[in-house]
Amino acid sequence: MPHRTFFWFFFPSGLAMLLFIGLPIISSFFQSLHIEPEQILMEVEKCDPFGCKTETKVDIEATTKLQEEQPLGRFNGLGTYGDRNHLAFDEIKEAWTNSSSIAEFTDILLNLPFYKALLFTLTFCFAVTPPVVVLGFIVALSVNTITKSLKGPTIFGVILPMIVTPLIGSLVLFWMIDAKGILGSFIQFLFDDPNLSLKSSSQLTWITLIIYGIWHNTPFAFVVFYAALQTVPQDPIEAAIIDGASRYERVRHIVIPHLYPVATFIILICLMDNFRVLEPIIGFAAEGVAQSLSWMIYNDLRSENKMLFGSAGATSMLTIIGVAILLTPVLIRTWREFRTER
Amino acid sequence: MKKLLIALLFTFVSTSAYAGGHSPCGVTDGSIKILANEFTTYRIFMDEVKSCAGPSADFSVTHSVDHNKLQVAALSANPAEFSAKLVTNGSITTLMNDNLIRPLDDLVAKYGSALQDNQKIVIDGKIYAIAFMANAQHLWYRESILNDLGIAVPSTYEEVIAAAEKIKASGKMANPYAGAFKSGWNLGQEFVNMYLGHGGDFFKAGTAEVSVNNAKGVAALNMLKRLTEVSNPDFLTQDTNAVKEEWESGNVALMHIWNSGAASLLDDEGDQAIKADTRLAPSPSVGGGSKPATTLWWDGFGIATNTSDENAEASFRALLGAATSTEMANANPNATIWLIDGYSPGDTAGPVVDAANRGATPYPSLPYMSLLHGALSTELVEFLQGNESAEKALADVEAAYVAKATEQGFL
Repeated sequence: MPHRTFFWFFFPSGLAMLLFIGLPIISSFFQSLHIEPEQILMEVEKCDPFGCKTETKVDIEATTKLQEEQPLGRFNGLGTYGDRNHLAFDEIKEAWTNSSSIAEFTDILLNLPFYKALLFTLTFCFAVTPPVVVLGFIVALSVNTITKSLKGPTIFGVILPMIVTPLIGSLVLFWMIDAKGILGSFIQFLFDDPNLSLKSSSQLTWITLIIYGIWHNTPFAFVVFYAALQTVPQDPIEAAIIDGASRYERVRHIVIPHLYPVATFIILICLMDNFRVLEPIIGFAAEGVAQSLSWMIYNDLRSENKMLFGSAGATSMLTIIGVAILLTPVLIRTWREFRTER
Repeated sequence: MKKLLIALLFTFVSTSAYAGGHSPCGVTDGSIKILANEFTTYRIFMDEVKSCAGPSADFSVTHSVDHNKLQVAALSANPAEFSAKLVTNGSITTLMNDNLIRPLDDLVAKYGSALQDNQKIVIDGKIYAIAFMANAQHLWYRESILNDLGIAVPSTYEEVIAAAEKIKASGKMANPYAGAFKSGWNLGQEFVNMYLGHGGDFFKAGTAEVSVNNAKGVAALNMLKRLTEVSNPDFLTQDTNAVKEEWESGNVALMHIWNSGAASLLDDEGDQAIKADTRLAPSPSVGGGSKPATTLWWDGFGIATNTSDENAEASFRALLGAATSTEMANANPNATIWLIDGYSPGDTAGPVVDAANRGATPYPSLPYMSLLHGALSTELVEFLQGNESAEKALADVEAAYVAKATEQGFL
C-alpha cells in the first residue's frame, strides 16, 4: 500500500485515537502532577437534633478563592507518584534498612497498597491468560469437528460467558458460591466440611476470581482460534492423513504452527484485558482481600470524599507503564517475526 | 406506519393534556430528582414525597447503597444530576466541604412553618439541611433462644460474646452473631462505634492529625475480631441488608444493626415466627465504659447548589411536605424515630433514646472524618483475617489517612 493511501486510510481512526485516548492520557498526566489546594478550616457553631456544639468546618469562601486561583490544584511534581499510596519510596527505603530478612522486607512491601494491588493484578494476569489460550484452543478444535447442525447452538453456548456482562456474571457466581448457594454447598459436601466458605479466606477468593476470569475470557480465545481454524490449509492436512499421521500429530505439526501468530495476538489482548481487572472484584465483594490497580483508580474516584484526581491520575499512568512493560516481550517477538518474514 | 405515528402523537398530546393534576404540596414547575440511600424507611419517606409532589410533577428518585460514593460527582456537575440529596450527619460534611448544598433559610422562612426547631440543621447560623428521622445501631436478639439457654440480655460486648459462645456450644446455631462487617464503609463504621465505645478520640483536638493507633484502638480492634469469630465466616461480604437476610432466615440470634431495620424486619413479610421472637435492646457498652458503643445519626435532606431555583423550590416543597407529615409518621411509627411534630413513638424507639440518654456521641461531622473512615474501610481487613497485628493495622490506617489528607489539602 502506498504511504499516501495508508495515511488517508488510517487518518480517521488515528484522529479518533488522538482525541479520545491520547488527549485524556495527557490530561490525566497533568492532573497527576497536582494535588488539591490547601483547605482552610474554621470553627463554627453547629446545631442538630442532638444539640449544639462548636465544630470544625471548611471555610468555603476562602477555599473556593484558592481553588479559583489554582484550578488544577497545587503543583506537586512527582510527589503523588512517590507517596505511600503509590510507589512509596520512603516506606521502601525505611523497610530496606530496618528489616532483617528478605521475607520481612517482602512482607512490608506487600502491605503497601500499590504493591498489594500489583501483586494481585499480576497474579490474575498470569494465572488467567495461559489457561484461557489452552482452553480456547481445545474448545475451538472440538467445536470445529462437530456436525454442522449442532455447531450454531454449541457456539452460542460457548460464547455465553462473554455475552453476559462481567458484573452480572460475577454477581450470579457470587450467589452460587455462597455457603448456601448451589456451588457453595456442593463444595462443602465434596470436602465434607460444613464451615468451608469460598468467600472467607483470601486464597480461596483469589482462586475464585481466577476461575471466574478463565470462564469469562475463554470465549474470546475460542472465537479467535475458531476463525483462524477455518483458514488452516487443507492440502498439508490431507497429505499428512495419507502419510498416516494421527490426529494429534496433525494438530501438533500443522495446525499449531499455523495458529502461532493468532495465539500471540490472543495473549497480547488477554494480558492487556486482565491487567485492567475490576468488575469481578466488585461483583464478588472481594475489595477486602483482592485489589487491582483499576480498583485503586475506581476507589480514588468513588470514595466518599472529593474525588482524588491526582491519585487516580498517578495510578492510571503507572497502569499504562505496567501494560507497556508487560507487552514489551510479546511486541519485540512479533516485530522480530515480522522482520524475518520480510 | 402513518397511522401508527398519528396514534403515537395522539397519545403524547393526550398525556400532556392530562398532565397538570393536583399537587398537595403546591409544586407547580421545576423537576425533582433525588438521590437517596436504599432501605425501607427511606422508601416509605419517598412514597410520601412523591404523593406530595403530585401526579403531574417531574419526579424521580434514585435509591442506592452507594449514594455516598455518587453524591460528590453527581452534585458537582452544573447543572447537577440531582436537585436534592438525602443526607446524614455523616454524609453532609463532604457536601459542605465543596459547597454542594445550598442554605435553605429563604425557603424555610417561606414554607417551613410546620418544622420543629430541632429539625433544622444550622451550621454557622444558616440552615443547610432539614432532618426528619433519628437513627442508631443497637442490639437485636431472639428472645426464645436466649430464654431456652437461660442467657440474660447482654448489656456489654463481653456479655454478647459470652452469650454467642453459649449459643454456639449448644449447637442451636453455628454463627449466632452478625454485624455489618462488609469491607468498605460498613467495616469502617463498626470500628468507629467500637472505638467511641472505648472512649477514643479520632483526631488530636482541633487538628486534622489522626490518632487511632493507641491502646483504645487496639482494644476496639480486638473486640471486633472476637465478634467476627462468632459470626458467619463470610462476614467481610455482608452489609446491613445481607445481615437482615441472615436474621430473617433464622441463622442469627444476636446482631448489632440500625434501628430503622425494624421497618423491614418487623413487617408482615418473611417468617412470622422469627418476627414474633425478635426483640430490640440497648446498644452494649464495652471495655468497662459507660457509653454505648454506637453513634447517633440524623437523616434529612439537603438541596443542591448547582440546580435552578425553580428545581430547588419544587424539591424543597415536596420533601418538606413529607418531612412535616404527621400522618406518615404515625402510620409507620416503627419504621424509625421520626423527628416530625405530633409523632408518637412506637415500641421500637427505646434503644435509640437509651443511647442518647447514656451519652452516645453523634457520628463526628468533621471535614476530614470521611477520609479516615475511608482508610478504616480498607486497612482493617487483614487484621480481621488474622494476617496482621492490631498495631500494624492501625499504623496502616494512619499512614493511608495521612497520604489522602495531604493530597486533599487538610495536612
